[in-house]
Amino acid sequence: MKKSSIWKNKYLLIGLFMTGLCLLLGILGLFWTPYEPTKISAAERFVGPSLKHLFGTDNFGRDIFSRVMKGLSATIVIGTSVVLFSATMGILLGALTGYFGGIVDEIVMRITDALNGFPSILLALVLISIFGNGKQNVILALGLVFIPSYVRIVRSEFIRLRDADFIKRARLMGVSKVRILFVHILPNIFSVFWVSVMIGFNNAILAESGMSYLGIGVQPPDASLGKMLSDAQGYLQRAPWFALSSGLTIVWLVLGFALLSEGVQRMNNN
Amino acid sequence: MKKKLFSLLLTALLSMAVLSGCGSDGTGESSESNPSKESVESTQASTGTEVVEKTMYGGKVVVGIQQDIDSLDPHKATAAGTKEILFNIFEGLVKTDKNGDLMNAIASDYSVSEDGLVYTFTLREGVKFHNGNVVTAEDVKYSLDRVSGLLDGTPLISALSVITNVEIIDTKTVQVTVGSANTELIYSFAAAIIPAGSGEDENASPIGTGPFSYVSYTPQVGIVVKKNAEYWQEGLPYLDEVNFKIVNSAETALMELQGETIQIYAYLTDSQAEVLKDKFQILAAPSANVQALFLNNADPLLSDVRVRQAICYAMDKDTANLFVSGGNSVLISSAMLPALTSYYADLNDAYGTGAEVEKAKALLKEAGYPNGIDLEITVPSNYEFHMQTADVLVEQFKAAGINAKINPVEWNTWLTDVYNGRKYQTTLCAITSDGTPGYLMNRFQSDSKKNFVNFASAKYDEVYKKAAAAMDPTEKANYYKELQKIMSDEAGTAFIMVPPITVAVSPKLGGYTFYPIYVQDMSTIYYK
Repeated sequence: MKKSSIWKNKYLLIGLFMTGLCLLLGILGLFWTPYEPTKISAAERFVGPSLKHLFGTDNFGRDIFSRVMKGLSATIVIGTSVVLFSATMGILLGALTGYFGGIVDEIVMRITDALNGFPSILLALVLISIFGNGKQNVILALGLVFIPSYVRIVRSEFIRLRDADFIKRARLMGVSKVRILFVHILPNIFSVFWVSVMIGFNNAILAESGMSYLGIGVQPPDASLGKMLSDAQGYLQRAPWFALSSGLTIVWLVLGFALLSEGVQRMNNN
Repeated sequence: MKKKLFSLLLTALLSMAVLSGCGSDGTGESSESNPSKESVESTQASTGTEVVEKTMYGGKVVVGIQQDIDSLDPHKATAAGTKEILFNIFEGLVKTDKNGDLMNAIASDYSVSEDGLVYTFTLREGVKFHNGNVVTAEDVKYSLDRVSGLLDGTPLISALSVITNVEIIDTKTVQVTVGSANTELIYSFAAAIIPAGSGEDENASPIGTGPFSYVSYTPQVGIVVKKNAEYWQEGLPYLDEVNFKIVNSAETALMELQGETIQIYAYLTDSQAEVLKDKFQILAAPSANVQALFLNNADPLLSDVRVRQAICYAMDKDTANLFVSGGNSVLISSAMLPALTSYYADLNDAYGTGAEVEKAKALLKEAGYPNGIDLEITVPSNYEFHMQTADVLVEQFKAAGINAKINPVEWNTWLTDVYNGRKYQTTLCAITSDGTPGYLMNRFQSDSKKNFVNFASAKYDEVYKKAAAAMDPTEKANYYKELQKIMSDEAGTAFIMVPPITVAVSPKLGGYTFYPIYVQDMSTIYYK
């Protein structure tokens, strides 16, 4: 691919910019925020956006920009962990079932069908109510819920490639099965796989925000974008910047990843 | 390409809308509120020109209530939300007035024997049931027999199970004998008087003597009552009809209020009151709820009195009050409601209402925790008020080296694990009183079933027994004050505040009266 075509790929560029900014703020938020994100202050309740408080302050006088940063870190950590977990499981299961087929394939696919039958948030809620609250459990629950989508994609790619000429030849040369699976086939499905990872990351972010919004997930006083959005609801008229800052951040992040995945797809097609 | 970009943006925005749509709050109604606000302002201006505020009879009012009714039988209803409505339909021999004192209702007079064991009630002349019959001594005997269990062996109101005999002296006099003396027992005679033999029918067609009579009840919709024209209190009630409408969420209530489909709603949050303040009269009064950070005295960490005191010192109640109730709560340091003025001991100076970080740190150091402690605060997460308070406390505790963590739980989990199971370290919630001074003192006796904080003080138990038996009001009050002092010295629990009840009342209405108990009196409400 020529260098000039990357600069022409606006989706990729805008997507990279939007997600890059969020990632930067989120990673920075792990170590430093302009103000202590849980510091309450009676004197500074509902202060509108200004240079001092970029996104204003909330009902407890906490700096919303600092909280958005902290919320972003939490979201990114959860999103990344969920994708890592579910994509790894997805590759393993998809590779094995796709390449070998047979009875194991049938069983795994029927289980993923069953998992797909539930709305993902609902399933995550059930798992949370079994495991209990907390960040790790949110990751585990969402991770499990998102496995089927990866399994399907990986499996269909493996089925497509398992009888390709270059694989047949490798088999004839006596290459081990593990090597065929992960060295010969896997790199060839990455173009499709990356797109689904991006989309999966987006879904994980939205699911996490949704769960925090419903009061499960990240727990107060820790900041979370979804929880901030639900807290802001009562103050829509009094302090609109409260809802807007957390809501628009979610939009920004999700839109950024959507553009990025579109960009990656276009890059692959060229 | 542009189309695609647009559709992507749209998808992102839609997912946002789905997220914020879950609560069904805000956005929808905020756009509507502007025009209606104007119209109300103009009507307010026109009423303002009539300087004379005259009391008018008649009219209908719709009152929003939070939950369905558990029973229309006044002796079987247990939920506070039911009792607040039945207060308008039923009356006892005596009833609580707006100051929390007793007034005579069906009884025009009563006397208690020297030893506190015999109560003699004289019935008021001409009090009529809603079915037109005059209240007789038989009705009173039947009702008291029914609640005390003399009728069929199961007492319906446990406080009155001490009644051993109800005797009709003459048509206007009833004598009640009890097994043990307790000066607060007279409050329990507010139990409803119902027609003799009507017990089984009360749930289907409740008949009482109150200012309003029952019209209809539809489950999950509400209950309608109409004026009792023959009510014994002259001039009451004003309204012809009151409709108690069940409103299933606070957000719906807000919309109904703004659409003026309900005229009175009593459980506003601070932020809702803020939204409604231009259109409604916002009235607030202290509730009968005592909010506290309840400390499990049996917890290994909290069994040390110095740690408990440190927690009390570290708390900044002033700020908590400001943040969660807009400064409208009454700060407390004991379980007694400040409204019960003669029994209340103001102990707010003991640990201060602001944070005294140095004292807290010193106590923790003395107790062997120079680096601070870890604390878990369990909160029933359905109560936004408590959740917000916990948020504030966690932040305040940091300064004193108390590293607190919030553990939000469901209401049912809270009931089983915390309240009944006593498996918790600290919990932030509220307990509610029936208006009698002993009610919230009783539970801290070491062997009480309701003592979920595991408070154990032999001195407290001893003084409580004296308080219950004391006949002289001053003596009794002194005992109660002593109990509060013991509790405070031991820092048995970190009491915070009595939050207000905030009520929105249509500007056309007047006469809303607050009670120190959980009731809504409709008889005094009128159209201006």
